[in-house]
Amino acid sequence: MKKIVGLLFLFWQIAAIAQVTYPTNGAKEIRNKHYAFTNATIYKDYQTKLEKASLIIKDGKVVTVSPSAFIPADAIEVDCSGKTIYPAFVEIISNYGLPEAKPAGEGRRYATQLVSDKKGAYYWNEAIKPETLAYELFASDSEKAKKLRAIGYGAVVSHQTDGIVRGSGTLVNLNDKSENENILKDQVASFYSFRKGVTKQNYPSSLMGAIALLEQTYLDGEWYKNNGHKEERNISLEYWNQQQDLPAVFLTSNWQEILRADRLGDANNVQYIIKGGGDEYKRLEELKASNASLIVPVKYPKPYDVEDPFAAHYVALKDMKHWELAPYNLARLDEANIEFALTTDGLEKAGDIMSGLKTAIKKGLKKETALKALTYAPAKMLRIDNWVGSLKDGSSANFLITSGDIFEEASILENWVQGDQYLIKQENTKELKGVYDLKLLDLRQNYKLEVKGKPASPEMNIVVNDTTKIKVKSSIQGKRITLHFTPQDAQQKIRLNGMMEGDVWQGKGQDLEGNWIDWQVDNRQELSKEEEKKEGENSKEETANLDETKDGTKEDKIGEVTYPFLPYGWTKEPKQKTVLFKNATVWTNTDDGILEETDVLIRDGRIVSVGKNLDGGSGETIDATGKHLTCGIIDEHSHIAISRGVNEGTQASSAEVSIGNVINSDDINIYRQLAGGVTTAQLLHGSANPIGGQSAIIKFRWGASPEEMKFENADKFIKFALGENVKHSNWGNNGTIRFPQTRLGVEQVFVDFFTQAKEYEEAKRNNPSKVRRNIELETILEIMNKERFITCHSYVQSEITMLMRVAEQFGFNINTFTHILEGYKIADKMKEHGVFASTFSDWWMYKFEVNDAIPHNAAILTDVGVVTAINSDDAEMGRRLNNEAAKGVKYGGMTEEEAWKMVTLNPAKILHLENRVGTIESGKDADVVLWSDNPLSNYSKAEQTYVDGRCYWDIEKDKEMRKLIQAERNRLIQKMLKAKEGGAETQKPSMPKHKHYHCDDIEDEGN
Amino acid sequence: MKQRLFTILILLAFVGYDTVNAQWMPAPGEAQSKPVYIVGGTMHIGNGQIIENGAIGFEKGKITMVTDKDIDKIPKDNAQVINAEGKHIYPGFISPNSLMGLVEISAVRPTRDFDEVGDYNPHLRSIIAYNTDSWVTPTIRSNGVLLAQIRPQGGRISGGSAIVQLDAWNYEDALVKEDGIILNFPSLVNRKGWWGEPGGLEANKQNQEQLAELKSFFLEAQAYCKQDNPSETDLRFEAMRSVFNKEKKVYISANHAQNIIEVVDFIKTFKIDGVLVGGRDAYLVADVLAESKIPVILNKTHRLPYRADEDIDLPYKLPLLLKEAGVEFCIQAERSSGEQRNLPFTAGKAVPYGLSKEDALQSITLSAAKIMGIDAQFGSLEAGKSATLFISTGDALDPISNHVEVAFIDGREVNLENKQKELYRKFMDKYRLEQKQH
Repeated sequence: MKKIVGLLFLFWQIAAIAQVTYPTNGAKEIRNKHYAFTNATIYKDYQTKLEKASLIIKDGKVVTVSPSAFIPADAIEVDCSGKTIYPAFVEIISNYGLPEAKPAGEGRRYATQLVSDKKGAYYWNEAIKPETLAYELFASDSEKAKKLRAIGYGAVVSHQTDGIVRGSGTLVNLNDKSENENILKDQVASFYSFRKGVTKQNYPSSLMGAIALLEQTYLDGEWYKNNGHKEERNISLEYWNQQQDLPAVFLTSNWQEILRADRLGDANNVQYIIKGGGDEYKRLEELKASNASLIVPVKYPKPYDVEDPFAAHYVALKDMKHWELAPYNLARLDEANIEFALTTDGLEKAGDIMSGLKTAIKKGLKKETALKALTYAPAKMLRIDNWVGSLKDGSSANFLITSGDIFEEASILENWVQGDQYLIKQENTKELKGVYDLKLLDLRQNYKLEVKGKPASPEMNIVVNDTTKIKVKSSIQGKRITLHFTPQDAQQKIRLNGMMEGDVWQGKGQDLEGNWIDWQVDNRQELSKEEEKKEGENSKEETANLDETKDGTKEDKIGEVTYPFLPYGWTKEPKQKTVLFKNATVWTNTDDGILEETDVLIRDGRIVSVGKNLDGGSGETIDATGKHLTCGIIDEHSHIAISRGVNEGTQASSAEVSIGNVINSDDINIYRQLAGGVTTAQLLHGSANPIGGQSAIIKFRWGASPEEMKFENADKFIKFALGENVKHSNWGNNGTIRFPQTRLGVEQVFVDFFTQAKEYEEAKRNNPSKVRRNIELETILEIMNKERFITCHSYVQSEITMLMRVAEQFGFNINTFTHILEGYKIADKMKEHGVFASTFSDWWMYKFEVNDAIPHNAAILTDVGVVTAINSDDAEMGRRLNNEAAKGVKYGGMTEEEAWKMVTLNPAKILHLENRVGTIESGKDADVVLWSDNPLSNYSKAEQTYVDGRCYWDIEKDKEMRKLIQAERNRLIQKMLKAKEGGAETQKPSMPKHKHYHCDDIEDEGN
Repeated sequence: MKQRLFTILILLAFVGYDTVNAQWMPAPGEAQSKPVYIVGGTMHIGNGQIIENGAIGFEKGKITMVTDKDIDKIPKDNAQVINAEGKHIYPGFISPNSLMGLVEISAVRPTRDFDEVGDYNPHLRSIIAYNTDSWVTPTIRSNGVLLAQIRPQGGRISGGSAIVQLDAWNYEDALVKEDGIILNFPSLVNRKGWWGEPGGLEANKQNQEQLAELKSFFLEAQAYCKQDNPSETDLRFEAMRSVFNKEKKVYISANHAQNIIEVVDFIKTFKIDGVLVGGRDAYLVADVLAESKIPVILNKTHRLPYRADEDIDLPYKLPLLLKEAGVEFCIQAERSSGEQRNLPFTAGKAVPYGLSKEDALQSITLSAAKIMGIDAQFGSLEAGKSATLFISTGDALDPISNHVEVAFIDGREVNLENKQKELYRKFMDKYRLEQKQH
């Protein structure tokens, strides 16, 4: 493949005659466009800067760049003295010249569409469309091209920005020419995203669904290549396989998604080039470790309008901090040596990229990196650096002629695309500084004209005497100049128009009375020393201004990045401490029961010893007299800390999806629940379908990355569900199509999938190479092979019994019934089956199937001998599970110790974690909570919560943090007010959305 | 022997089951026929006071005495005397702002009677839909909640609220007072998206129009009500008469600080007896509320801070902040029917965050009664008031100790059975397990 590209390239280079396939209207035009741009400062590429150099182009290609170029006889010489030539920029995230995508079907929102409505032998899911080839759809768009050229772009890689698998992008020049000439390379890269786009097909409805769909597509592609093509024709998979050799670009919108995309790539032996959202500075370390090249938008939020204090109250600190820190993003990426390209994607106005870059440079981005990220980096990433991104010999003649340093004040004067000239801005580049004689010949008046400032914006004044100057307004276009001024003591203006030849300017004008006059400027002298000095100071001041705010004071110090990037995030990670808790009432959850006046020592993340008069060595000692020490609370059923959707309920089974792929470490509820003594939770898929998704167990390591939060070596679990939610009983008229609609159907869904999985295993055993790998069935097989365990959402007794019987039929056991509100009716059967229970304390009557729920449920189950936990399923209840456990005492007469185990040891057993957590005994993880009072009581508060011996919640530190948050908010509000005063455009206050999921939430929050 | 024991157990189980079989919806208690004296224990008056080892007596449904002296002299003849030593006596808890009895199963549409078509419905009367035979109510009163305000929701004016006692044969029996109308104040802020896909907040662009519409409704109603016999009757305006003559209160929901200030202005402008409902941001404008003496039915404490930047315990300490600012408030539970029984615990949650236990108690007894205008009869253990009270073996604001043994409404002893207790017994019997709690 590479060889062919090389050959083609060679051919392209040596084709001497311009050969076209289309007719011309009129005589054949032969323009070889042979130019020599001389005397310029030339960036041959981002790191090679040549002074007084020449650029030779011919036939739309670069012939050479050299300091001492031989100028061919037939080349037109363009003197570029004082000008700088750059390679044109390359945009690689664009839909330039492509039509908007349209959904294949006509489905209404929330209507049921289970399979693709696209006609033809394509993939079953509309969001997977590798058959979309941008070069086939491409049509030049001169209006858009003009806008992009004005910014400095010469070529773009364009793809249809819709879908999860988006097909290939094409490299095109931004020339006003036919598509035939503009397309430089048909297929440059394949494009991917986590957003399904315009399709009305239901699956996937969640982020984890999109990830699973991609994973399965990789497997399907592999199968199709080997054997599948003999079994079915699939155009999508054919294109998919063809595109696997192309660079793969993944579009995401924030740092968490970058890491998710990278993990997906790693699992499939692909290193994606990943487009981020401009918040990379929040997690540089993890991004660096991913080794992914990034494409970064130069996107800064506007300051919020915070003049109304009540309105300002709705603006979140994290958004204000992002406003302050986003301009540092590129500098920090640069400093961290992360390879990146830039994109205008996502900008309100693409043209803002240059002002954004200048800001970034003020904040520390190296100019060289900026230029690289606009030119060479994107070209190199997509392996199109032979065509664009530098002025190396043979590349497309795409370059910019500028008045100087484009990262300073200079402007782009001309943008040449493929050897065609486009004027961008007419601007004087000639140095005019000096003192001249201005003669109004007919009036016999002579003035001293002083010219200062930059060539593009000269400041002209008539010097009357030492203290009086008259401003002269000027405009210069090429050689043409116009001047006008109001002479001393006059009301009207004198207006002049003329031509500049060297240092002599002359022409016609009209005097105060409207009479035509002749004028001339000549006798150029140098500025006086004094004026020169002032001039120097001015420019110095300008540079200094870069770091100053409008009122001239030095910029305040900027806020720090916190982990997570939320209020209450830390800047220094809590250390694993050695702590001796003295004299506590210790709820051991072991045979020792509740021990009075007992010491507990933790060290290196573990509980070291429990006893009397322990020695803490050099560690910290906490007087816990009158206080209670327990292990951390474990929430068996939680939906916090999940990104973009908790249900993939669009199909009866979604065993392929995994919460582990969508953990959101930046959820404030983690901190709030730490304050409620919670240290571990199982994050579950929702209950919108019988076979849900794989769950994740996390420790509440506040500030850690999503991967770091996962409970190490935990067993694998999956969510199943029964009843009204899976039948979509309460979905109104939209939910009446998807099977199953009755409990009768639910049973058969299970039987069907377990049967399929068994047969799949057998087929694989008999014919391993021919069987299409199926993540969904492999996940279900794990259950049958006792490598994965079911947590099943359940309410009424009949369905609970049914599921146990189905499991038994297939030779395994259900691990947990969660919610299990009628568990008390069949507790004996559950005990016999050997299943665990995890229930609400007292919820009932919100839907028909919870009519018979009773708050004594946990007590009955416990009494019968079923290990039972109390769970939250709710971000709010999750932070007071201790009080919910207390209801076991109230309603069921449980002992306090028994009740307490329902939120600690029992969920630890249910999640197979009892060797690590759930008790206070030596060797267990130092996940401990210090309570002010009996932990079950409504009146007690968690004072400290440790995870792995790190103190993530401390009631005293929290008080300090509140002050810091208030101070930081105030600092940023003041800064925003100043920014508005300084003329910055603002945005209306708004509050970020924050979804608190429950089981039956069916939509992804995204857009 | 074993066989015999087994038989006895079975028999006991059967008998036990049978006797309470009819108790899913126990009959209301009979009118008080003889004086009752509760002696000893800790009496929580409801006004902040505690009387240890005192006595309370009531006759014909009214409290006749509350004393901490001369307990020996209580006449014991022809009276029921209850020894409450070591126990706690409370006035019946009052749950404001609830949907109790107006909905049975929220997901089942035919059982929902609280959201009518139309924006201005002051003429709707929630009491007429109040279901005295709900399975839920008995589970609520067995946690000490003996009175409740029921209310419709939706629209601008949802309709009329009513206060009910929770042990009744029918709604006329249950009615204490039709006490007010429910007004949802135009919010400054709307949430984008829908319940499954919520967006952020954005300014409510119709806010000014909505406010103008509301004001003109009140102005027109005022003008209408100045006529004693209008030639044409407007049911909506007729319903407003009792608002303007202050027979009824106006319960106005608002949560944003700016809105709360506007509510205060609205109440002053129309000289109505207004109560703020919600008050999530009330701590920012507590002084305004205190100065205008506008009371608040406060959101439950069992909720998350509205903003990530807020103190994470703000919902828990909001009652204290209002108390310190001198605002009169009572605390509500989650509005849904099934959650009413957690009212004492949502109030108790404010205690570790600084509110005293007696203040927490007052926020679901006397303050609630005052705010809803029934404090002459209810809300505290004081002579002359209704004998609506209960005994708990432990602190009733803490789930670990709340255990209601005996309860009286207007002196009638309340049957504390409910469907859930019955199911508990039924299945403990099935498993032949010893019942540890009822």
